Amino acid sequence: MNPVSSFFHGVADRFRALPRWGRLVVLAVVVVLVYFLPILNPPVITTPDSDFGAVLFLCAMYALVAIGLNIVIGYAGLLDLGYIGFFAIGAYTVGVLGSAHAKVPLLLCIPAAMAVTLISGVVLGAPTLRVRGDYLAIVTLGFGEIVRLILVNADKLTNGNRGISGIPTPPSLDLFGVPHLVWDGFVARVDLDNQTRFIKFSVVDSIPYYWLALTLVFFVLFLDWRMQNSRVGRAWEATREDEDAAELMGVPTFRFKLLAFATGAAIGGLSGALFATKQQFINPDNFTILYSVLFVAMVVVGGQGNRWGVVVAAALLTYLPERFRDLSDARFLLFGLALMALAIFRPQGLMPARRNVRAKRADEETEVLEEGAAHA
Amino acid sequence: MPDATKGPAGDSRPDANEPPKDLADEASVTKADEHRGTRVDDDSVLPPDEEAVPDTSVDISVEEVAHLPKGKMLEVDDVTLRFGGVTALDGVSFHINTGEILGLIGPNGAGKTTCFNVMTGVYQPTSGQARFMGEPLGKRQKFQITKLGIARTFQNIRLFHNMTAMENVLVGADAHHSTGMGSALLRLPKHKAEEAEGNDRAYELLRFMGLEKRADELARNLPYGDQRRLEIARALATNPKLLCLDEPAAGFNPAEKARLMELIQTIREQGYTVLLIEHDMKLVMGVTDRIVVLEFGKKIAEGLPAEIQDNPAVIAAYLGVDEDAS
Ligand SMILES: Nc1ncnc2c1ncn2[C@@H]1O[C@H](COP(=O)(O)OP(=O)(O)O)[C@@H](O)[C@H]1O
Ligand SMILES: [Mg+2]
Repeated sequence: MNPVSSFFHGVADRFRALPRWGRLVVLAVVVVLVYFLPILNPPVITTPDSDFGAVLFLCAMYALVAIGLNIVIGYAGLLDLGYIGFFAIGAYTVGVLGSAHAKVPLLLCIPAAMAVTLISGVVLGAPTLRVRGDYLAIVTLGFGEIVRLILVNADKLTNGNRGISGIPTPPSLDLFGVPHLVWDGFVARVDLDNQTRFIKFSVVDSIPYYWLALTLVFFVLFLDWRMQNSRVGRAWEATREDEDAAELMGVPTFRFKLLAFATGAAIGGLSGALFATKQQFINPDNFTILYSVLFVAMVVVGGQGNRWGVVVAAALLTYLPERFRDLSDARFLLFGLALMALAIFRPQGLMPARRNVRAKRADEETEVLEEGAAHA
Repeated sequence: MPDATKGPAGDSRPDANEPPKDLADEASVTKADEHRGTRVDDDSVLPPDEEAVPDTSVDISVEEVAHLPKGKMLEVDDVTLRFGGVTALDGVSFHINTGEILGLIGPNGAGKTTCFNVMTGVYQPTSGQARFMGEPLGKRQKFQITKLGIARTFQNIRLFHNMTAMENVLVGADAHHSTGMGSALLRLPKHKAEEAEGNDRAYELLRFMGLEKRADELARNLPYGDQRRLEIARALATNPKLLCLDEPAAGFNPAEKARLMELIQTIREQGYTVLLIEHDMKLVMGVTDRIVVLEFGKKIAEGLPAEIQDNPAVIAAYLGVDEDAS
């Protein structure tokens, strides 16, 4: 086992060993810290060359993307290379409904975006999921590019290359201000002049968007956990493991593959909607095929099938290039080298799904029993 | 720290990690025999050589299966199946009565597995049909046939290798569940009830098979014999009216084979109808009620074990076939 995953698994084991209230306290502290990260603005961790709040928003948004794609690739084992297509459809649904052709409020645009991507997932998946493996990769790869070309060419609907601007923000509350910390070396000081309004969405402050994205991440993670620990999740995994055997054990594999594909698409659409409302301006260049590759990289690097793994990977793959912006273009070279090294030395990803946690506990219990027997 | 995702056991059993996609692999018996020599299991909860003890006193019967009408449960009616030039099944007809153990025997390549594949919807027969409880299987899909009540194991173990033993059996139990995304997300009463039923059923079957201590181990880390038994547990979890076992004792030593045959008899006593494929004729003599013999895709004999034993055509078919080496 490599140091990274043994570190995470060690932390996870220690966490599980805590009593229930202890776990709740630890969880609460971690969640609060994560929410306050851009307010605390901790030295070393913060990004000196770009807006830390904006970087964190991107981390959370990509985490959401990775959770969605993990359902498709990690759970159901379907290689979807066109995930950016769903992301784009989600973003453009918000753009078209909220700004270009109507003035629908954002809170209605978001469910509409998810519905449209869900339907496009079904339409794309229904014919392609009947055939196996490689076809899906090729078809989805094409899908991602076709969506972009349609966005460029369907001028009437999408404004073509000019893009859509004036995308609505979420409704603001604007209750009170939260002053930021500023650091003088390692000495912190409360900066009353620099406050984030709770909770006011605007171009000048990314932090409320970060809070929104983070909340969605936690919510979707919770739903993801419920799906995985049910008949649905088991059917996905059985299909991934051996499609024929699953079918012969009573799993309607096609239906479940379609469900995974469409669920993943809807989460992709949600992320796209989030992106659109944060940027307030979108154009087809935001949705090139490279992003599909990046999304797959997040899932693979994180360890397919491990929801926390893909969240960490998405955040790291977003954060690290921003943190080391001063290395300029070399950072992409380093990024590529790091991915290659990972592929060679850690093909299952940083934190491969560990299904045998309970097995390990049983192991320890047997050891205790055996020791007891030896003493007796 | 035990790492079940990459154990030495996984490395030494290539086909346990990567199940061959071909449902009709004849070489698997020999392969299975080789693997017995390289059984390594660092990750096991039990020491590898500790024999799992099936607890046949566990009640695994289910209401809807136990009270089926007597008569013909499955009829294979003049089934022919050709693969290009190869005629794998040639006008085969036989039937299985409710409550019996029918042996389907024949030398390797006779068409036994192919027969299973026709009965479970993997292949459509070129001509003829299979009927289950009087109804033609027709173009039903594999999962629909399973829900009708036919479950099977595989000659080459095809477990869900990266799922635990318990989860494997749960997938089987899910065959008679209908929880969808909605009830799973909202944790509706249906989800909870089916989850509880599935857990009880799976645990009961694991105990019956002597696998309860390995419930939380990944399937691929189980010793070979346990993997075979787990396949039977998974098939039983679907609440099958007809349980089809494809060479379940392949790769076992004679003592293990005998124990498995006893177990199969207990399964029948609990109300299940069993179709047992085995190429070793001697082995099935003691357990089966009737035997059907295939050779080169044709049925060459059918009858009581004692009749089959003395049937000249059967003796000729098996003549020169070294049962232990094949
Ligand atoms: N998918 C297939 N394509 C071509 N030939 C096949 C296929 N499946 C089985 N066969 C052939 O059918 C015959 C019967 O095979 P099988 O049913 O596996 O025999 P058994 O299980 O009795 O050992 C063999 O000659 C085999 O080569
Ligand atoms: Mg066979």
